[in-house]
Amino acid sequence: MTKTADIKPYLRLERYPTIWCAGCGNGQVVGAFLRAISTLDWDPKKVVVVSGIGCSSRASGYLNFNTMHTTHGRPLPFATGIKLANPELHVVVMAGDGDTTAIGGNHFIHAARRNIGITMIVFNNGTYGMTGGQCSPMTGHACKATTAPYGNLDTPFDICKLAEAAGATFVGRGITYAPVKLESLITEALKHKGFSVIDAVTQCPTYYGRLNKMGSPADMLTWQKEHVISLEKAASLPKHVIQDKIVTGVFVKDLRPEYTTLYRRLHEQCGEDDCHD
Amino acid sequence: MGQIEKTRLFQGNEACVAGAIAAGANFYAGYPITPSTEIAELAARKLPETGGKFIQMEDEIGSMAAVIGASIGGAKSFTATSGPGFSLKQENIGYAMMAEIPCVIVNVQRLGPSTGIATAPAQGDIMQARWGTHGDHPVIAFAPSSVRETFDLTVKAFNLSEKLRQPVFILLDEIVGHMRENIHIPHQDELEIINREKPLPDQPYKPYDEEKEVSPLASFGEGFSYNITGLVHDEYGFPTTDSEKTKKLLSRLQRKIDNHLEEIILTEEFGMDDASLVVVSYGCTARSVRQAVKMARKNGLPVGFFRTATIWPFPYEKISAFADKTKTLLVPEMNMGQIFGEVERAVHGQARVVGLNRFDGEMITPDEILQKILEVI
Repeated sequence: MTKTADIKPYLRLERYPTIWCAGCGNGQVVGAFLRAISTLDWDPKKVVVVSGIGCSSRASGYLNFNTMHTTHGRPLPFATGIKLANPELHVVVMAGDGDTTAIGGNHFIHAARRNIGITMIVFNNGTYGMTGGQCSPMTGHACKATTAPYGNLDTPFDICKLAEAAGATFVGRGITYAPVKLESLITEALKHKGFSVIDAVTQCPTYYGRLNKMGSPADMLTWQKEHVISLEKAASLPKHVIQDKIVTGVFVKDLRPEYTTLYRRLHEQCGEDDCHD
Repeated sequence: MGQIEKTRLFQGNEACVAGAIAAGANFYAGYPITPSTEIAELAARKLPETGGKFIQMEDEIGSMAAVIGASIGGAKSFTATSGPGFSLKQENIGYAMMAEIPCVIVNVQRLGPSTGIATAPAQGDIMQARWGTHGDHPVIAFAPSSVRETFDLTVKAFNLSEKLRQPVFILLDEIVGHMRENIHIPHQDELEIINREKPLPDQPYKPYDEEKEVSPLASFGEGFSYNITGLVHDEYGFPTTDSEKTKKLLSRLQRKIDNHLEEIILTEEFGMDDASLVVVSYGCTARSVRQAVKMARKNGLPVGFFRTATIWPFPYEKISAFADKTKTLLVPEMNMGQIFGEVERAVHGQARVVGLNRFDGEMITPDEILQKILEVI
């Protein structure tokens, strides 16, 4: 835990500086991901990072892997095609909360249902940063956004519960205030055989923070610190106490046959018996 | 002869799957939609038998995305749909055009707009195929008129897709897709199969080399860690907003098709030498036209038959070449005149262009065409 991983080889430093604002949490999530991947004995040439559209989805371009920046909401089906075509690849999807739970919501639940061996890291800052701070399905009720100037009428999803209900076999949540824990969660998710989801709660000081008067980036991280509660602690507390808290930890760790493994078995079956006409 | 042994009754949609597999397709992602569903069902049955993969996705958008992903994962991939699904796929089709990812998209056309009549034939997606995505880019679209041609053009679609790193459309229609004909499927050895060019190992790799018409395409996992994006990109695949690079990229995408028109454009004609009237047709309608033109010629009328199997790029030059030798061009089609306008562009005032249109879910009959010939000749 104390050693500093050398993550530079995983970065396309020539693509720097990133497009991200000062104080943005996207770099913290990417940092946690790269430290996580550095602990694994993976050939970077076999790592694929697929992203959608939005601030966080620009992450793929800065990473020295096989990278694909796709269309809005669709990184999961692109990744599904890649993983199914070549199951040997380690496929990671990075996308924002809007990409994942709004326009890409259908793909999210179905990737979970299918339990395909992909790790999904949701950069959850509760807003659409790239287009200027609009409301997302993860914007809190009554919170402000440029498209919710009087406060958001909607209620946000709980990404972890959504993933669990849809059948994801590894589900965890971490925060950028606690990058070491986030890193170990991502490590577990990457190692998991099946569809793994990390809800990475991060800060957007430029829009979400400003519109909701949350102060500086450091203030936003302090807010995270003051609102975080572990899953274990939350379990013993009444619902009203934890309702404005960020519950972190591993929500689901389950084993169910992974999709490409099932496909391999199907091929074996077709080779042995005659599934021919 | 072996030919006789291999002749059997095939459905159009079935011939499409057979053509895809013969071309080396090993991945299908799709969503059920009439009248294309047999293609998905057959792909689900046939692909796993030969080590290929079939996946039924959660929607049409996801299917198109998975097809593109699979292609970059090293597969030869395809999907099939009909009008409503073709609409949904457009954004990701545009992505494949921009990122130059080979794949084949089959649209078994049915009557629209909207849900229209799911089981009725139409040729209404001609312009959608051309302009369905946003922005400018060339497209390749074939419209087979027979079951055997469906096989042949499916093979060709994959070949061109691989060669040019370009998504290619096959515009079937409910009639050609669902009808059955006794056909001979060529032996695998008789077919020319083209596979995408691969970059040389351990060499610097430009996935979008400005100096090349089409760059080799590395699959993910082959050792070239590069970037793919739907944004305007530089030679290495990284986003750019540089106007010079933008112009170069979009021009190259157009040029790579323009430089291969001879190879892409397939047409058929007869009775053209003395024709004062030429009937221009494509897809299922060409079957009625063939009959009508034969009947007209039997009755001594100087009528020519010109059919294009390639809808896009449109054979403007070929039509322009005979337009001044003829008085009238008749364009029967099962829409309100989508190819009619293109024929007018090709003819450019050198002859009169007359349309014959049906958009009621019924095929245009040879009698109707003959009637029109007699009226306008």
